[in-house]
Amino acid sequence: MERFEIRGTAARRVPGDRRQAITGVNASGNLEVLVERVLPGNECVVEVATTITGFRDLWQAVIEDFFERCAPGGLRFSINDGGARPDVVTLRLMQGARLMEGGE
Amino acid sequence: MTEWQKQRSERKRRLEAASKYAKGKLVSPQDAKSLLEAVVRPGDRVCLEGDNQKQADFLADALASVEPARIHDLHLVQSGVVLQAHLDLFNRGIARRLDFSYSGPQSEAIARALAGGKIELGAVHTYIELFARYFMDLTPHVALIAAVAADPAGNLYTGPNTEDTPTIVEATAFKSGIVVAQANQVVEKLPRVDIPGDQVDFIVEADRPFYVEPLFTRDPGSITEAQILMAMMAIKGIYAKYGVRLLNHGIGFPTAAIELILPTYGEQLGLKGKVATHFALNPHPTLIPAIESGWVEQIHCFGGEVGMEDYVRERSDVYFTGHDGSLRSNRMMCQNAGLYACDMFIGSTLQIDLAGNSSTFTSGRIAGFGGAPNMGADARGRRHPSTPWLTAGREAVETSSALTRGRKLVVQVVETFGEKMVPNFVERLDSVAMADELKLALAPVMIYGDDVTHIVTEDGIANLLLCRNAAEREQAIRGIAGFTPVGRARHRKTVAALRARGVIQRPEDLGIDPLHAARHLLAAHSIEDLVSWSGGLYNPPSKFRNW
Repeated sequence: MERFEIRGTAARRVPGDRRQAITGVNASGNLEVLVERVLPGNECVVEVATTITGFRDLWQAVIEDFFERCAPGGLRFSINDGGARPDVVTLRLMQGARLMEGGE
Repeated sequence: MTEWQKQRSERKRRLEAASKYAKGKLVSPQDAKSLLEAVVRPGDRVCLEGDNQKQADFLADALASVEPARIHDLHLVQSGVVLQAHLDLFNRGIARRLDFSYSGPQSEAIARALAGGKIELGAVHTYIELFARYFMDLTPHVALIAAVAADPAGNLYTGPNTEDTPTIVEATAFKSGIVVAQANQVVEKLPRVDIPGDQVDFIVEADRPFYVEPLFTRDPGSITEAQILMAMMAIKGIYAKYGVRLLNHGIGFPTAAIELILPTYGEQLGLKGKVATHFALNPHPTLIPAIESGWVEQIHCFGGEVGMEDYVRERSDVYFTGHDGSLRSNRMMCQNAGLYACDMFIGSTLQIDLAGNSSTFTSGRIAGFGGAPNMGADARGRRHPSTPWLTAGREAVETSSALTRGRKLVVQVVETFGEKMVPNFVERLDSVAMADELKLALAPVMIYGDDVTHIVTEDGIANLLLCRNAAEREQAIRGIAGFTPVGRARHRKTVAALRARGVIQRPEDLGIDPLHAARHLLAAHSIEDLVSWSGGLYNPPSKFRNW
């Protein structure tokens, strides 16, 4: 198990007043993400716990791209990863951010 | 004096040699080997019928058991090299040369036999390309074919799996060749005649029904959310944009996902009747919900699909059927429909390079082409206009004129990573190195980059029609290649500019909510759901019955 966190500053604070959301499943090739509105201003962070070690650099790229594409200011994402591919990571993070905006 | 009827005399000699094993046209299964030893001669071109679906497997076994001392150096000219018996022919020295189209499960074995010098490879073809050569320089001397039933006069009933048979028989029977059919049974009266008896020389009643692979059955349970996202992008960004009504789908999971969200997502977008109404397509079980929801007007099939027989029979307004009620498929005709009458091909692949060339020939695997290169190619002989065809043609040029030709939409829908995190986007196709190693004159390419109009990944759609030069094209491809090494090496500013021009569209640019890319969007979640959509008419093969 490898754990690390990646921080960023987003271009906006995510609107809405939902406090937390959860999406995805902790299964092989998939991941579960908990999203909480706990950070001040436009800060954002993704905490990763993954069963597959040695891909820190790839996570960094995926998460930075997500920060830029989605601007999830104010949100903390906690990922429980079962070896999801990068596209699945992006999809789950986008889904998590949308839930916090009040998407169904 | 020139002798002008050598072929006819040769045919007569062979028929005479074989006559002692036949009663009329009927040969008993235990005499199959002797029959073949009588009608096949060393160096013959032989077509052993088999494609990605049906197989003349009984005759394949019989041919693989002949004495190599008597019969050798055969040149196999056939759609598929799929069975162990096909490989045995080469390993035993019965056959030496090969011209084929599809290998599927034997792709690794063929690569090994080729490297080991057991196979002398002519070329890998698309189906209709090989069929075309049957009438020019690869005419079979002997064709060994498969039928569901035969009558004593030699008439054949091929049931839903007519597939390649009429084409093979046409080329062989009308050029003084010999046609031997295996039949599941011999009956007095056939439900319908697919092949007239005077084109068939011998019938062997096989000891088992010929094998058919359910190649086009995709379990909805295995479709991922990433594939659903890609399907949504394809429907909104391509089907709806161009108004594509006449099309062909590949066999991958992404196109199965498209089929399964037509009645849900497509319905929400108000596209029913406006897109995906006519198909050149096998009877895909995953299309059942769209058919039942009234989306599909007509489907012509290359071949049959195991378990779909009763469903097709009861949906004759949609499918082509014989007067007996069952499906009539025809690979030659359907490939022609795909080439000239479809406005779009959409399918998956295993590798795409920076120019958009794609191949399923990955390291150590000679997978063959099947029909995809033909479906996925612009037909330069096309002259009839349609809105999608004209729109695509005009997008491809800076200024269109009265002489601007249309373009077929050729869409590759591919996940950025394949199994075991192998990137599907590469700087150089494996097939290029393979061509070097095996000294092939031509590197195998499934679909050439200049025929591809769009690539869809989880990352977005790249519209290659709108790219004006090779550099833009490369960045458009890198721009949707996700986090593969190819994708990460993108030039960010150029990619942003391409996105601003609409060359690249992300899901958010298409107004697609990632939350909707979920399995509940699938009209069926399992094979069992498909059975229930079909009103119990779909009868899935046992390997797909998991409930």
